[in-house]
Amino acid sequence: MNVATPSLADLAGQAKALVRPKPPAPYGMLAELTHRCPLQCPYCSNPVELDRRNVELDTATWLRVFEEAAKLGVLQVHLSGGEPTARRDLEAMIRHCVEVGLYTNLITAGVGVTAERLQSLADAGVDHVQLSFQGADAAMTAHVSNMKDAFERKLAVAREVRRLGLPLTVNAVVHRANIHQIPDFLELAQRLGARRIEIAHAQYYGWALRNRAALMPTREQVFKALEIVDEARVRLDGILTIDAVVPDYYAKYPKPCMNGWGRQSLNVTPSGKVLPCHAAETIPGLDFWNVAEHSLSEIWLDSPAFNAFRGTDWMPELCQSCERKEKDWGGCRCQAMAIAGDASATDPACHKSPLHAHLLALAEEDAAAGVDQYDYRRFTVPETSQ
Amino acid sequence: MGQHFAPTGTPKLARGVRLRHDEARGQWVLLAPERVLNPDPVAVEILRRVDGERSIAGIVDELAQAFTVERERVEADVDDFLKGLVDKGMVEVSG
Repeated sequence: MNVATPSLADLAGQAKALVRPKPPAPYGMLAELTHRCPLQCPYCSNPVELDRRNVELDTATWLRVFEEAAKLGVLQVHLSGGEPTARRDLEAMIRHCVEVGLYTNLITAGVGVTAERLQSLADAGVDHVQLSFQGADAAMTAHVSNMKDAFERKLAVAREVRRLGLPLTVNAVVHRANIHQIPDFLELAQRLGARRIEIAHAQYYGWALRNRAALMPTREQVFKALEIVDEARVRLDGILTIDAVVPDYYAKYPKPCMNGWGRQSLNVTPSGKVLPCHAAETIPGLDFWNVAEHSLSEIWLDSPAFNAFRGTDWMPELCQSCERKEKDWGGCRCQAMAIAGDASATDPACHKSPLHAHLLALAEEDAAAGVDQYDYRRFTVPETSQ
Repeated sequence: MGQHFAPTGTPKLARGVRLRHDEARGQWVLLAPERVLNPDPVAVEILRRVDGERSIAGIVDELAQAFTVERERVEADVDDFLKGLVDKGMVEVSG
């Protein structure tokens, strides 16, 4: 047995852990089953350094993770990617989730998914399907996803999902090139029989940060979009639920990112790292534990990365003294990192941040830059045969 | 009477909506696409009987008996409650 004398730092850490209040259980888990995807959207939420197939967790490990998640208090699992249907063991995972009581939400790009596959996913017990649309027509979808016939394939998948009686959500990420299509996205969602649509303004981390000059809408576009969504919410009440991910570069207050770091949800990467949010790896120096070495419960309660920005203790004075501190939760740590170069700074999207004017200037400059070439999301070096 | 549904109608949870007990938090939850609802104790008693088998009248009878409440009162409450969930697409009533 290996007996080590604890250092003073260890003891101090343990003492701190003893007085730390136990965080509430998470409600949701985003399971990024793979980074493989047939589409190349320039705002992909996956990291710029994508996990390759040979480092993906195996089936048995994922099943254990789902079981641990259910025990920890997770109620809903979002099966995502990349493209989750690239995993041939997806049905086994869904069946297991159903067994342990987890609600399953399949987040798919809907290309390369046959009617037979959808039937088999429905038989496995999937609860809900969220289908992404990069454009409200074929040309825009092809331009943004960099795949020629993606739109037709998505329409076919949507029809099949509804034929199977599964609830459908349309997800539309909006940015400069397609933000004018919001009314068309709303029409499309209704035509496809979706009860819910997400109008998600691109969030600038990873790939989207890299492509910001080609994606950033103008202030006029953003405010017009907000108006259209507000009006549609009233008009479509009881017909279509509209959830929006707000654009924060032009905002006064920051978004309450993840409703607080390590507060409600967690994210497991294809290789098993557990993150407080999908962009957390853009913050250098955080120690992310892996499900291969720790239980999900240990990671949620004790991992340094989850405790780094949990609660309000970490906040700078500007946030500490703010009456919105338990409303905005300090905004977004990844954005503070990207813009202020300091993950524990006030989110520059907040009007109180000394960098707020700088953020606005960046947005206006990018929106006016006229760049229309995307650096499409892809594995940086061609994947070797496996 | 102002009822939205016939007493012979049979309600069931829509596909993609599930009621379960949440052991970790010691409460009942209604799970729907990107939604977790916390039904109050009265709602839970109704929802536990929304199984695609029992008719609305049957549910009302059971509740009136179990909680010794006036039948008309229960009838109105159940009807209102179901209407709210039907509008949200979370419950379907057949028959």
